[in-house]
Amino acid sequence: MSAGRRLLIRGGRVIDPASGRDAVADLLVVDDSVASVGPEASGRSDGAAVIEAAGLWVLPGLIDLHTHLREPGFEYKETVLTGSRAAAAGGFTAVSCMPNTDPPNDSAAVTRAILRKAEEAGLVRVYPIGCITEGQQGQRMAEFGDLVSAGCRAVSDDGRPVMNAGVMRRALEYSRHFGIPVISHCEDLNLAGAGVAHEGAIATRLGLKPIPAAAEEAMVAREVVLARQTGARVHIAHVSTRGSVTMIAAAKAEGLPVTAEATPHHLTLTDEAILGFDTSTKVNPPLRSADDREALRRALAEGVVDAVATDHAPHGLADKDLEFDAAANGLVGLETALPLVLRLVAEGACSLHRAIEALTWGPARILDVPGGRLAPGDPADITLVAPGEEWTVEPERFFSKGRNSPFRGWRLTGRVRATIVGGRTVYRDGAIVDEGARRGFSTPP
Amino acid sequence: MTVWSRKDLLGIEELDAAEVLTILDTAATMKEISTREIKKVPVLRGKTVVNLFFESSTRTRVSFEIAEKRLSADSVNVSASGSSVSKGETLLDTARNLEAMRPDIIVLRHPSPGTPQLLARRLPCSVINAGDGAHEHPTQALLDAFTIRERLGRVEGLTVGIFGDIAHSRVARSNIHALRKLGARVLVGGPPTMIPPGIEGLGAEVAPGLEEMLPLLDVLIVLRIQLERQGGLLFPSAREYATLFGLGRERLCLGRPGLLVMHPGPINRGLEIAPEVADGTRSLILDQVTNGVAVRMAVLYLLTGAHRGATAADAVRGAA
Repeated sequence: MSAGRRLLIRGGRVIDPASGRDAVADLLVVDDSVASVGPEASGRSDGAAVIEAAGLWVLPGLIDLHTHLREPGFEYKETVLTGSRAAAAGGFTAVSCMPNTDPPNDSAAVTRAILRKAEEAGLVRVYPIGCITEGQQGQRMAEFGDLVSAGCRAVSDDGRPVMNAGVMRRALEYSRHFGIPVISHCEDLNLAGAGVAHEGAIATRLGLKPIPAAAEEAMVAREVVLARQTGARVHIAHVSTRGSVTMIAAAKAEGLPVTAEATPHHLTLTDEAILGFDTSTKVNPPLRSADDREALRRALAEGVVDAVATDHAPHGLADKDLEFDAAANGLVGLETALPLVLRLVAEGACSLHRAIEALTWGPARILDVPGGRLAPGDPADITLVAPGEEWTVEPERFFSKGRNSPFRGWRLTGRVRATIVGGRTVYRDGAIVDEGARRGFSTPP
Repeated sequence: MTVWSRKDLLGIEELDAAEVLTILDTAATMKEISTREIKKVPVLRGKTVVNLFFESSTRTRVSFEIAEKRLSADSVNVSASGSSVSKGETLLDTARNLEAMRPDIIVLRHPSPGTPQLLARRLPCSVINAGDGAHEHPTQALLDAFTIRERLGRVEGLTVGIFGDIAHSRVARSNIHALRKLGARVLVGGPPTMIPPGIEGLGAEVAPGLEEMLPLLDVLIVLRIQLERQGGLLFPSAREYATLFGLGRERLCLGRPGLLVMHPGPINRGLEIAPEVADGTRSLILDQVTNGVAVRMAVLYLLTGAHRGATAADAVRGAA
């Protein structure tokens, strides 16, 4: 047995869906890995630092598939450092950042720059997502080989969907050489037009330009067809409609390599939230109907939706303090994601096991990264949660630079008490710790 | 008895029937002023009104301006072109700068829904919505209700049709709210591309077509077709629209003998409405324009709080 640095997390409820464990147990960390869980952990803990976790939940560190860190280019909205702090405060030990930066992450140079910033921040693991096409222009394929060797774990053109099906087909085929998922923001731009709100009674009442469900569903249909054609891994970002869910379920039943994520806001809110024209509710895809939300919740419960992803999209006041039409899309999600998902559990929409799995093992499998589980030998990426702690969402207190949250003033239950990455505590009781330590864990193993 | 305590007029949706009636009753008093030889009363003397227009408008802007002048307010017109807006200033900054000059009322026309709400939340002065995108155009609906009531003596129990591009029409939305609150039945119709989903949620019934709607109606409001914006996407051509959906003399004969025709203007003669219908005896189009001034005078008067402690009749009489 190693004589390395030891940390004993004592007496917490270890909830680890991937290992099938949900029991009060001690967990021993040696150096950067989980050494043992259960009775033998305490037997081997001589000289270990101890975290008393009685009454707390001990979860695999949360992994966010869909984060906007905004660096390079939009540092006034967020940086890798502030986004890493927000992630740690939200219980995330790893985030996967979208490539719609300036310049976009379509080259190894940008990927390396992001990873260097992540290493300097020294807080959470950062897995960059590269572009599908050069400059997100939807025309020429980006250099997947360079991107992957520099550290990208997936490719996506994110909010600028590849409208040319021929380009997408070749990108999917080519991606098979690397085994990486291609993440599709499904939006037919012609159907979406200049829309800003879900097409339905609410948009009609407010006179807002509508985005029909068909704008998403037409592209989900295309991606399913192309996954069948190419055999490539397709991951559908932020699913928001019942029709999308139905098609994804059918694709999975057919055995196609299709996965999907849903956001806490689409699982929680409906288009009624836009009634006061609050621009923090303006997001793409738009908040949908109650029926769509119901379908999403069921899809999460049944595993049709593999992962909960935040689509954390920080903006400055200058982007949001505008007319509804002119305001930027997106809302910040890292620091509210877990309690919002626990709220779904409390409402009976989904089991606790599924909820935790969708924030841990689900995304780990899609990105094919270590973590998301607490078995011996796994990285010691751990989130400690006080499940009964109530708190009020105050965006001014976020670690993110973004204040654009539609959950301002909400009372939520469940609060992250500590976030441990590679055996090091990076967040504890409301404060970032160990900031700036250069440990190098953000480099892909 | 005056029922009015609001700082702003943002839309009809948030008003109750008593508030709508208060405006209409006040407008009835105001209308007389425009018939005098000296068309001016001093009730808003010393008040400053800014007409802030981010979309081109002739009828609405001039109507507000005349209403302001007849009440002796000082009014200033600001339009989007030729202002700091074209230099990249945000709406809120423009509004804050105007506010710093202490106006009493800002009359706002803007292409984006919800902008009057945005300004009203931030500014201490009163805000009047003069049209926000496809959302609301409250003074248009008020003048339409006023015109109907003036001609037919009531709104309650009538059946009013609105025909045309319901999806992109703020006039349609505000009219549905106002007419429903006053007890009318509202039918809407148009080509399927122009009927937005969920319009029933506002209290309107969707009619299968103009021919089916006409025999049921006391009043038909024909909406302007925005050829410059929608040609080729919502309907194939002006020619086909006029043929299939335009209100010509033959179609008008499908209606009851007393059917009245309204249009918020500006009209496309020969497109959504035939010239002989627009200029005919059933048409209330110019009454609407006349009444627009009275309704806007009423709104300005109520929002400035000039009504407190005096009835509109007192204010108007004392002023002469």
